[in-house]
Order: sequence, then structure tokens, then C-alpha cells
Amino acid sequence: MAGPVPLSDGRQADAGCASETVPPSPRAVMLRRARGHPGFLAGAGFVALIVLLALFAPWITAFDPFEQNLEGRLIAPVWGAGGSWTHPLGTDSLGRDYLTRLLYGARISLTVGFGAALISGVLGSAIGITGGHFGGRVDAVVMYLVNVKLALPGILIALSLVSVFGGSLIALVAILGFLFWDRFAVVTRSVTQQIRSQDFIAAAEAVGASSARIVCREVLPNVMGQIIVVASLEMAIAILVEAVLSFLGLGIQPPTPSWGLLVAEGRNFMFFKPYLIVLPGFAIFFLVIAINLMGDGVRDITAPEGRA
Amino acid sequence: MGRFFAQRLTVAVLVAVTVSIIGFALLRLSGDLAADLAGEDATPQEVAEIAALYGLDRPLHAQYLSWAGKAISGDLGLSLFTGEPVADLILERVGVTIALSLYSLALALALAIPLGVAAAIRVNGWIDRLALTVAVFGQAIPNFWFGLILIYLFGVVLRWLPISGSDSLAHFVLPTVALGTAVMPALMRLTRTGMIEVLEADFIRTARAKGLRPGAVLFKHALRNAILPVVSLSAVSLGFLLGGSVIVETVFALNGIGLLAYESILRNDFPVLQSILVFVSLAYILLTLASDLINARLDPRIRLG
Repeated sequence: MAGPVPLSDGRQADAGCASETVPPSPRAVMLRRARGHPGFLAGAGFVALIVLLALFAPWITAFDPFEQNLEGRLIAPVWGAGGSWTHPLGTDSLGRDYLTRLLYGARISLTVGFGAALISGVLGSAIGITGGHFGGRVDAVVMYLVNVKLALPGILIALSLVSVFGGSLIALVAILGFLFWDRFAVVTRSVTQQIRSQDFIAAAEAVGASSARIVCREVLPNVMGQIIVVASLEMAIAILVEAVLSFLGLGIQPPTPSWGLLVAEGRNFMFFKPYLIVLPGFAIFFLVIAINLMGDGVRDITAPEGRA
Repeated sequence: MGRFFAQRLTVAVLVAVTVSIIGFALLRLSGDLAADLAGEDATPQEVAEIAALYGLDRPLHAQYLSWAGKAISGDLGLSLFTGEPVADLILERVGVTIALSLYSLALALALAIPLGVAAAIRVNGWIDRLALTVAVFGQAIPNFWFGLILIYLFGVVLRWLPISGSDSLAHFVLPTVALGTAVMPALMRLTRTGMIEVLEADFIRTARAKGLRPGAVLFKHALRNAILPVVSLSAVSLGFLLGGSVIVETVFALNGIGLLAYESILRNDFPVLQSILVFVSLAYILLTLASDLINARLDPRIRLG
């Protein structure tokens, strides 16, 4: 490439000698670290694959997730006796194509995971940054809220709330979002406290910046990496909890395909058709592992040490 | 110490009161409980009678105060489903949940501590990588599904263990494995990080330099210092297990308060459910308070800092 190359921070550098004269931008460092991080690449790749499969489900499978075929019930997957490529992963007890059910189920898991992490992330970070930034009485109230939240048995509360508000997708996302904000609050609070005592905050205060401006322009960018790490963790937890709630019959209601519900429906047949519970279980398992790997990767990549 | 204790106790009491209010209010969200109780074809007059009978016609704060007042003296009301005293129902079944939680915690610690120590000895060595892989898997495996897989493998294919009920110790083996897996990874990671940190400390180098056996350095000097956060996480985990056992209890039909809570949700038996919620929360608050105090006693930096 010839000529000046724009760097991400707006400076211009000569392509030939950029690496010797200008320290690489944080973004370039992160990109390089990401490329050399097998865990992150594997996790992010798998999550991307699941997202694509969920998005393009109608084009990947010819079947409808709700269409029953009572003559084609409990057909084994392609590797089992009597299985064929028509139904690569077999059919369930109502003759619905299992691959189709699993693909559409991914939509539920991803929506719940993403939606819940978004709500709890905004809520928890707001609470945590407020406590960390203002300290004193405000912080005492924040810690009290966190303590109350931690003392409540999460799964039991989620079960009770879902039984009250019903197992619609929106209700689930909202309930899980409002239940899992505590880790965001704890993490952002402690990072904000650390930042609080640094010179650039004092400088911003000295030039008369308002609290809101300091929080948005100075604190938030420095907390963002941690928020993303926690978000990945909470997304994974929300996916697991949705699966549990649906498995126990209080979450997503039939005939909507949710992975937890598929395990519950397969349970009655598990002794002679184990694939009915094995497949959706592995789907949850691998998605959660992939999200966790991705989160661990983001933590390593955005770690400040060694950053230019 | 006195001031630290008083401060912690005040917070704990405040949190306990708040939690009991939440536990109480939560189940009033569902709308008209009296109408639910009276049944579908009840006349308005019958609904009003039911409401008066259970005190549901009074304002919420009055209901809460009378409930909390009785609860402190051990009267948790009657189950709407069986008519038995809620306190008796919980006492009958809480032993199973406590036993399951303790077994699971013991199993998790028995795996987590040796694995965490071994992983810390050589960071990035094969044991370390194995330990981290186990942690990633343990964290991601859906509890309820793992339970079903265990039932299929050990109860149906191999026929080694009973798969449902709580009559004998053998009934607890599979649920313990399923539940212990949930808390093991965090305990292992904490042991590992603590050990890595301690092993770099000066006093460890001194101990090694004076020719102490590696085993003595590792377990007498290093582990003793690294174990403190693990002890407090264990207390917190126990609190989590008491509430989190609902899934495993349901899968294995283990007759503890988790299963009781689940049944109460399905039956709209709110006096039982709210009592279990508050009971589990209080147990958690007491356990974390105890762990705070143990830590403060062992580590002066905490109580003075």
C-alpha cells in the first residue's frame, strides 16, 4: 500500500515506517491480540455460527418447527437405525423435524441471553458506577441493594416471577434482566473507584466538567471492557436459567421450541430415544462454553498491561 | 472488632428485613389471591369471605406486619394445599436439602482444592490446562441436563445407582455429583489464583531456601494462606446451594425444600413458597455474616482496613 495510512486515532503515518515511529494504536494492539488468541477465536467463531444458523433457519431447513407429522414420529437421526437425510437429526414425539426445532430454539436462547444481558448491563452498570463515583452515602445504598440482591435465591425468585408473569419471551427477558444485575454493579463499582483517584478525573473536575460528563466521557470508556466481560458471563447464565425455567415447565411454553423445553419434552422418551435429550443439552452446553470462551478472550485482549 | 461486628450485623439485619418484605410482596403481585383461592365459579361474596379468612382484605403493610410478627415466633401459617403448618412442612424436608448441599460442597472442595493447588504449581502446565478445561466445562453444563444424563448412564445403562427419591445415602450420589459440579469451578479457580499469588511471596522463597520439603512448603505455608478466600466462598456457595438445589431436587425427585418450593409454585401455595424464599435468604445472610466474621478474625487487615 502506498501513501499515508490513516490511523484509527486520526493521525497520519507513513505506511513504510509506521511500526517504527508511531506506537500502534490500542485498537491495532487489540486486533493483534485477538488474532493470536485461540480461545477467543474459537468461542467467537462458534457464537457467530450459531447466530447465522438462527437467523437463516428458514433457508437452512425445509421444515416448519411447528408442523406435526404423526406418521413420522420418533424417527432416529441419520446415524441411527431407520434414520435418513430427510430428517438428519430425526423427529420428536409429534413427528416434528428435530434439526428445525433446534435451529429455531437457538433464536430463543440468543434473544434471552442478549436481551437479559443488555437490561442487566445497563441497570447494573448505572448502579455500580453511581456508587463508585459518588461514594459515601450513595455508595452505602448501592452496597445495600447489592447485598439484598445477593441474598435472594435467584432461581427460586425467577421461578416464582415467571409463574406470576407467565413464560412469554418478553417476560423472561425482563425477569432475567432484572435479576442478574448485581455482578455488573460490583465490577463497575470497583473499577470506577480505582479510576476515581486518577489524575485525569481530577483534571476533568478542575476544568469544571459536570458529574454526568465525567461519568460518560471519562469513566464509562474505561469501564467498558469489564462490562463486556461481565455481559458475556451473564448472557451465558441467562441462557442456562432460561433453559432451566423452560425445562421445569414455567418458562417458554410449548409448542415454541426452546432448548430447555426440548429436553423436557424428550425426557419421557429418553430411555429409548436418548438423542432427544442429548442434542438440545449439547446445544446449550456448547453455546454457553463458546460465550464464556469469548468473554475470557475479551478480558485478555482488553487487559491494560502492555497496552501502548 | 466490636465496631466491625456491629456494622456488619446492622447491614445483615437491614438486608434480612428487606428480603422478607420482598419475599412477602413478590407473591402478592399475582393479582387477586382471594379470587384464585375461591375458585373459578365463586360468587363475589365467597371471594370476600375467603379474603377475610386469610386476612387478604387488609392493607399490604398490615398483612406483612402480622405475618412477620407470627413468623418470628415460628408460626408461618398454614399450607393452602395440605392445610398443614408451613413450619412443619419445611422442617420435615429441610434436612434433605441441607444434606444435599453439604455433600455437594464437600465433593466440590475435595476436587477443587487438590486440582487448584496442582494447577498453581506449574502455571500453563498440563494439569493447569486440564483444570481450566474442567472449570470451563463445569460452568457451562446445564445442571438439569447433567442430572438426566447421569440418570441415563448410571441408573439405566449401568444400573449402579437409584435415580429417584431420598430414602438412602445411595440416592444422594447422583444429585450430589450434579449439584457439586455447579460450584466446583469457582472454588477451583479461587484456590488456583490464591496459590499462584502466595507461591510468589517472599516467605515462600525463605521457606524453600531454608530447605523445607516441597510438600511442607506447599501445604503448611502456602495453602494455609491461600485458603482464606476459599473458606468464605464456601460459606457463600452453601447459601447458594440451599436455594439452587431446586433444579436437582426436581430432576431426582429428592424430597427437600427445593422440590417443596417447586410444588408450591405449581399449586399457588403462597404461604409455603414465601416462607421458603425468606428461609433460604436468611440462611444465606447468616452464612455470609459468619464468613465475614471468620475472615475478620483471621485477617486483621479486613477488620481494620
